Amino acid sequence: MPESTQEFPDIPNDSYRNKGTPLVHYTQSTNFYSPISDFCTEDNIPECILYLNQEAASLGFPAVQPDPDGGDGGLDMDVVSLLNSMYALLERHHRVLRALDQLETERLRSISDMQRQQLNQGRLKDQLELTKRENARLQERERQLQLNIKSLKKCLKNERDEVQKLQNIRTSSSMQYNHDMKRKEREYYKLKEHLNQLLIDKKDNKQAIEVLNCVGRPDGRRGQWKTRRTEARHEEEMYQTLLNDFDNRQRELMLENVELRKVLQQIKNEMIGILSPKKSNWREARQEHGGNQDLGSDEEVVCNAGRDGLEQSCEQAREELTNSIRQQWRKLKHHVENLDSQASLVQPRDSEVMAKEAHDREMEQLRQEIQQCKDFIHTQQQLLQQLSSPCDEETASLLKDCYMLEEKERLKEEWNAFDEQRKNFTSERKNFTEAAIRLGREKKLFEDDRATWLKHQFLNLSFADHVNPPLSKSPGVLSEYVEASAAPSSLSDVISQMVFSPPDGSSVRPSSSAEYQQSLLPQSRF
Amino acid sequence: MNFSEVFKQTNQLCRVSPDGKYLATCVQYRLVIRDVNTLQILQLYTCLDQVVQMEWSSDSLFILCAMYKRGLVQVWSLEQPDWHCKIDEGSIGLLCSRWSPDGRHILNTTEFNLRVTVWSLCNKSVSYIKYPKACQKGMDFSTDGRYMALAERRDCKDYISVFVCDDWHLLRHFETETQDLAGVEWSPNGCVLAVWDACLEYKMLLYSLDGRLLSTYSAYEWSLGIKAIAWSPSSQFLAMGSYDEKVRILNHITWKKIVEFEHPATINNTKAVVYREVEKRPVVPSDDLSLQQLSISSTAFNAQSKYEICQLPVQVPSVKPDPDRANPKVGISSLAFSADNRYLATKNDNMPNCVWVWDMQRVGLQAVLEQASAVRCFLWDPRRPRLALCTGNNKLYLWSPAGCVSVRVPVEGCFQVLSLLWHCSGDSLILIGKDQLCLCYMETEQQP
Repeated sequence: MPESTQEFPDIPNDSYRNKGTPLVHYTQSTNFYSPISDFCTEDNIPECILYLNQEAASLGFPAVQPDPDGGDGGLDMDVVSLLNSMYALLERHHRVLRALDQLETERLRSISDMQRQQLNQGRLKDQLELTKRENARLQERERQLQLNIKSLKKCLKNERDEVQKLQNIRTSSSMQYNHDMKRKEREYYKLKEHLNQLLIDKKDNKQAIEVLNCVGRPDGRRGQWKTRRTEARHEEEMYQTLLNDFDNRQRELMLENVELRKVLQQIKNEMIGILSPKKSNWREARQEHGGNQDLGSDEEVVCNAGRDGLEQSCEQAREELTNSIRQQWRKLKHHVENLDSQASLVQPRDSEVMAKEAHDREMEQLRQEIQQCKDFIHTQQQLLQQLSSPCDEETASLLKDCYMLEEKERLKEEWNAFDEQRKNFTSERKNFTEAAIRLGREKKLFEDDRATWLKHQFLNLSFADHVNPPLSKSPGVLSEYVEASAAPSSLSDVISQMVFSPPDGSSVRPSSSAEYQQSLLPQSRF
Repeated sequence: MNFSEVFKQTNQLCRVSPDGKYLATCVQYRLVIRDVNTLQILQLYTCLDQVVQMEWSSDSLFILCAMYKRGLVQVWSLEQPDWHCKIDEGSIGLLCSRWSPDGRHILNTTEFNLRVTVWSLCNKSVSYIKYPKACQKGMDFSTDGRYMALAERRDCKDYISVFVCDDWHLLRHFETETQDLAGVEWSPNGCVLAVWDACLEYKMLLYSLDGRLLSTYSAYEWSLGIKAIAWSPSSQFLAMGSYDEKVRILNHITWKKIVEFEHPATINNTKAVVYREVEKRPVVPSDDLSLQQLSISSTAFNAQSKYEICQLPVQVPSVKPDPDRANPKVGISSLAFSADNRYLATKNDNMPNCVWVWDMQRVGLQAVLEQASAVRCFLWDPRRPRLALCTGNNKLYLWSPAGCVSVRVPVEGCFQVLSLLWHCSGDSLILIGKDQLCLCYMETEQQP
């Protein structure tokens, strides 16, 4: 196997800076004749020849040794073909070198082209960058100029308006001036006329006063001469009035001042009171504001105030008071702001919203109530109007007892029902009385009947006694009865005494009375 | 509220005596004195010509009647009906006539403001004051009647003269720093004199009684300035109404502005109550359920009206003034403080239907009354915080902090209330029409 084939190293595309180019390598590798003694030695000639044959065949050259088996010991070669092959190889070699050369130059060319392109690109990128920046700058400038234009336009408009206003003022002023001038001129002319009139008129109407009698002064005193003393007195009076007024005013202002001072003091004290419990939390804040001595100074001022009381009239004390109040107020405000922000963080405005909602609801409720009241009042008014409005007679008579109508109807119905019932009751009572009368009558009849029956019975019995032997019981009963009773005066008495005799054995009965009884019975069952 | 019957009057001359007992009216050239309560005629005087100006003296004993055309002033006495006095100004003419505070001198301003003649009824003497200024309010007496301030102009400069009314002694005479003085007014305590410039310049000067300049106030330059001013009864505030539709209030300690009241065309964001007069024409059937409407018979003039409260924001009807005229109808032309110092009523000329009531304690707007037509006159009750106003129709409107009411004057025929006058006790109102007047007695508090 060939050992001396040299591999060409892998050359990257842009490594044109590399020292080794294919051509160089190739030429390097081919320009130096390195003895290829390694390939063919005296021992391996036939092998070499074989190999060369193969290679030549593969490359299309005639074989080096056409007949490998003949000849003398393998040295028998076709020199011509060998020389030809060699020549062809050399030609090929030259061709390849040339091609390689070309390729090399092309490669260099393309490399330089690429370089150039890259430089170009870089340059163009820079240019683009520059132009973009320029563009932005110009745009910015344009925007500013636009703003400028707008503001200038506004200024112009304002100026125009101002000019218009001034013109209006000017015209109205000139109008007023002209009017006044005309008025004065008219008056002037009137004066001239009057003067002329006076000059013409001969008679001179003098001013005069006619009074029946002089009237006393209002305060009853006599008039005084105008002297220097009176003038001085007047001056004095005037100054007195002014002084009085000043005094009054000063007094009022003093009072007000005292009040306000008291109020300020109170406020300050209260503020101190509110802020001092938060001393510990406020260390940092106070240090920030650099007001470390504030509380201390406040207490001082409080003591001062307590000592001086109302006599803090000097400038310094007043300033101190107002300054300290301002400081306290600032602290309080800061504190409240902090609280506010905290509250808003914790509760995202819920309470506010809630309050607002509650408020809205209440408002709604109130509105509804108002509406209801209004409606109510409306209906009331209507009714009132109806009542007070004069109706005509018919309607009045129709409506006379309108409100009681229902009740009246009901009452009537009830009366009717009541009447009916009463009628029923009376008829029933009548029936009852009739029945009772009848019953009484029948009872009487029955009594009479019984009496007659008993009489008959008694008579029959007494007759039967005469015929039959004395009876068992009934006569005993009879006799009892007879014995029991006193001498019966009438027959009915006897019969009535005999009423209770048991009808035993006495089968003789007046059939009529029995029938009567029988007929009576169902009736009596009534 | 009771209404009396109507009486005749001319020129809207109707005055109540300062002691409150008598009512004087002028009918043509007659002067009629009535008792205020019974309205019986007590005295009748006849003047020489139609009376143009009539005034009671401060002690209610005399009345002056001035007839400008004839230059005559006649004075009548209430105690002695036979007493008479006639002042004839002669050819010099008469422009204005008034009493002095002591009730014994009469000040006549002659024509062309040539001079002021002071006539004394005590000794028939005459004094003259030269160069009075003809302006909006050139002469003012202090409340206690001791001093008189008079504006004068000589050599194109304004001066003020302070006179002692006792004997007309000139106390002080000083120049003022005004371009064209428009008016002077004493504060109610008599120690400060407010002097303001004409409307071409906004300038208010405050002088003390002895002529020292206390302070100057100028709100702005160039535009038209002060239109009207009013002192508060306690002298604490000075209110100035100007052409820019604002009222500025100065305080008496520093004479600096403490507040500025605006009169915007759209009212919102205030605690004020806006009352709007709503008229109900009787022709159109309405479903208003007020009993009043059903019972009173209606004619074309007697439209029922009542106030309703408007919800904010409210648009106030305003009129744009004509820019081509002098003295434009814009700005606050009338201001009045209530007697207890608490309220200030103002009227803005380009919102002629509205009266604005401000609360001085709260320093804010209290109420706005929007009427159906232009307000002609509004006056505070001399005792209570009650405002009466009229708009030239047959109704009287009253406002108090408790509310607002409109009352129709129950007079037959056409009676249009053109102006009002309170009785000094605040118990009755005099309603003055074109040539009629009517008294309205207010309800007094419950008798024990």
